Amino acid sequence: MTSIGTGYDLSVSTYSPDGRLFQVEYASKAVDNSGTAIGLKVKDGVILAVEKLAQSKMLVPGSNLRIQGADLHVGIATSGLLADTRHLVKRARDEARSYRDVYGVPIPGKIMAERLGLYVQAYTSYSSVRPFGCSTLVGMVDADGPQLYMVEPSGTYWGYHACAVGKGKSVARTELEKLKLSEMTARQAIKEATRIIYTAHDEAKDKEFELELTWISAETNGRFQRVPKELVAEAEAFAADSMNAEMEDD
Amino acid sequence: MAVEYDGGVIIGADSRTTTGSYIANRVTDKLTKIHDRIYCCRSGSAADTQAVADIVHYYVQMYSVQHAEAPTTKVAATLFRELCYNNRDNLMAGVIVAGWDKRDGPSVYSIPLGGSLHKQAYAIGGSGSSYIYGYCDANYRPNMTQDEAIKFVKNSVSLAMSRDGSSGGTIRLAIINEQGVERIFVPGDQLPTFYEG
Repeated sequence: MTSIGTGYDLSVSTYSPDGRLFQVEYASKAVDNSGTAIGLKVKDGVILAVEKLAQSKMLVPGSNLRIQGADLHVGIATSGLLADTRHLVKRARDEARSYRDVYGVPIPGKIMAERLGLYVQAYTSYSSVRPFGCSTLVGMVDADGPQLYMVEPSGTYWGYHACAVGKGKSVARTELEKLKLSEMTARQAIKEATRIIYTAHDEAKDKEFELELTWISAETNGRFQRVPKELVAEAEAFAADSMNAEMEDD
Repeated sequence: MAVEYDGGVIIGADSRTTTGSYIANRVTDKLTKIHDRIYCCRSGSAADTQAVADIVHYYVQMYSVQHAEAPTTKVAATLFRELCYNNRDNLMAGVIVAGWDKRDGPSVYSIPLGGSLHKQAYAIGGSGSSYIYGYCDANYRPNMTQDEAIKFVKNSVSLAMSRDGSSGGTIRLAIINEQGVERIFVPGDQLPTFYEG
């Protein structure tokens, strides 16, 4: 037994004497080591963006997606262990499908977040399983407008105007806090999201990355879609410009 | 039957329940409350429709707690559809779901025997309905006033009651709109009458 942990980290069903669940905290570490994922809720939609770190130069662009759709109007961006996120996305799809079957309408953000939260929480309660090594950003436009939630490995979930997880979360969060989200359109937010992902990227540690960019907005008719190539190129140019401008300021 | 009018819905039904040729109840209330502004008109087996309505009532109560808002008529109708379709081999239940909600305003849904779901401007159902299809199609107009719609429902139900041996007694009506629900009772000796031979 090592000096840290002292045996209280062997099972999720054991609390430490000061009331912590070490396995859940370790799961959060898995998220902190992953590429940054951000979500922005603006007046007419939601933007999800991910810094997908390249595992290998031989990897085909567009593979190992970290933002996926769970229903026509729901996008899920993930940070953490990719295999765990796939399992959770499958669960989200099942929930979306069953909600449609039972109630005949698309699942609202609050309910999707609640159901995913309940599911994730169950994995912090049994010694036979390990918690999810991922945080999940759930973005959608439902009957009440744009929604953004984040589900953490502990199973807690909160609604956000904007949020960030992964390696660059602190940089990203300070950048996000500067934005006037409620006055912004989805089109503008795409540029800001791209700039923030590029800003949060640490070139010293990780070299290559692929930008994953999706949106759900009035322009996409409330559907979850990947941002078209032209818009991505435009946003990347904007990001490069504003980062150069900042360098000159310094 | 149920009819959308300008601003709400009117639902109406006769009051006869039979066990074979015996009238078990001559003042039945077949208009059943599902939620504050959602009602259903039950036809077919009383036992089956009561059971299904009770289950849907439970589901929409759960829904309004979980979602912190009232369900739409569509949600209630979809729940009826789910139960009626999944148990179609064991049920004799024809239901019309009608109500008013913030999102869609007034709406009427019909769920006939097989468990299909139809959104309609007006719907009729039950044994007496086959006698009044012609009358209803000839006299229904979109965006009627409340008084016109009440008259339309009263006349239609009364005509069905006079021709159909399994229908009769009194007419029970409900007006559902943004303000809430108002119930009307028409005694058997005050029904609108038409040619009776």
